[in-house]
Amino acid sequence: MDRHITLPLSEAEARTLRAGDYVYLTGVLYTARDAAHKRMYDALKAGEELPVDLRGQLVYYLGPTPARPGHVIGSAGPTTSSRMDKYAPELLDLGLRGMVGKGKRTQAVIDAIVRNGAVYFAAVGGAGALLSKCIKEAEVVAYDDLGTEAIRRLRVEELPVIVVIDSEGNNLYATAAESWKR
Amino acid sequence: MRTVDVARVTDAVREMCIEVNHKLSPDMAGKFPEAREREESPLGKQILGQLIKNMEIAQAEMIPICQDTGMAVVFLEVGQDVHFEGGNIEDAVNEGVRRGYVDGYLRKSVVRDPLERVNTGDNTPAVIHYSIVPGEQVKITLAPKGFGSENMSRVFMLKPAQGIEGVKEAVLTAVADAGPNACPPMVVGVGIGGTFEKCALLAKKALTRDVNVRSQIPYVAELETELLDKINDLGLGPGGLGGRVTALNVAVETYPTHIAGLPVAVNICCHVNRHISRVL
Repeated sequence: MDRHITLPLSEAEARTLRAGDYVYLTGVLYTARDAAHKRMYDALKAGEELPVDLRGQLVYYLGPTPARPGHVIGSAGPTTSSRMDKYAPELLDLGLRGMVGKGKRTQAVIDAIVRNGAVYFAAVGGAGALLSKCIKEAEVVAYDDLGTEAIRRLRVEELPVIVVIDSEGNNLYATAAESWKR
Repeated sequence: MRTVDVARVTDAVREMCIEVNHKLSPDMAGKFPEAREREESPLGKQILGQLIKNMEIAQAEMIPICQDTGMAVVFLEVGQDVHFEGGNIEDAVNEGVRRGYVDGYLRKSVVRDPLERVNTGDNTPAVIHYSIVPGEQVKITLAPKGFGSENMSRVFMLKPAQGIEGVKEAVLTAVADAGPNACPPMVVGVGIGGTFEKCALLAKKALTRDVNVRSQIPYVAELETELLDKINDLGLGPGGLGGRVTALNVAVETYPTHIAGLPVAVNICCHVNRHISRVL
């Protein structure tokens, strides 16, 4: 079913989402991918604060292309989520509400989603030009030296995503192919 | 003997980097409407429609088709009667990549050292494969490779007794394991034969072939068609969310091999299968 959601996403609302729901996101979310996750993970291990308060927020696994002059951002589609699997459970336990990416997650991530009433969305991979049109503002807020891998605050309007793993642990990837298999 | 100024190589590589990241070759672009027509899953159809729209926006507004503008893979076929002047050919190719990625607002996705992981800031160096061929022309083929799909690629060192059935199983295993991570609908390049590294190179080269052209070897052409059908029967569909279109093409390249071996490489590419060639 189609849903329109304003961010930040509350836990109560996250718990109403079901694998297979088509969702349009509007509001603020944060980008982070490999290098930013490693840095956040190392910061937590060292007992330091994260540079961005991710409690109740969504992280979009994204490293955009540079914006052309006059543009907010360049191409901006999802990267493969599995590379962040090592770091995701800890962030979810800290209060991260969910993630936008593409591709499979480990059982440890699925367990952390269920444990915290969170959600995992997929955006269409390889549609970075189309998805960039939904991004209305973009600002680097941490780890500027990482270039494309810096943490950015994005304001999005009607960003199209699909619920892949919901708070009950239903996993669309695990079931979707079955009905089309021959 | 023909003299070619390496500055021409730099200029060509720069232009090709920018063009190929904003516009797919006609053979690839043509696969999408066909796939949308064939797809039976409503969600799959919708995703294929988004991918078509994405390509239109990319070309019209000069926004890269995908944010992963890849590591630049360059096949350089140099005629044996060519003499390069004006500098080192490797530097010339890398200068073209540097200018293309900087001037074209493309993503810088390359780190200097695989473990220290500091970004080089200009997407160099490229991965360059040279071959010396007869004649006095220089053919440059550029195939920027995204790593969502590259990471799902595999090499299998099969036993000769496993034969063609073993090859099919290897390809299907790699594709099924890749699943949604590799941004289906995929293009699958397969290299069979040679040695450990040769089969990987064949698989990469296979991805640069026109997707409407089948192998010249009859049994290989049949294998390509059969593998494409079997991959689509996995049901992964667009985005891995279920459907009939899991792959847009399978291309297989072969090479003689050792009496003791049957190497098979499966190089998986997403639907943004970028390849462009130019002859100087």
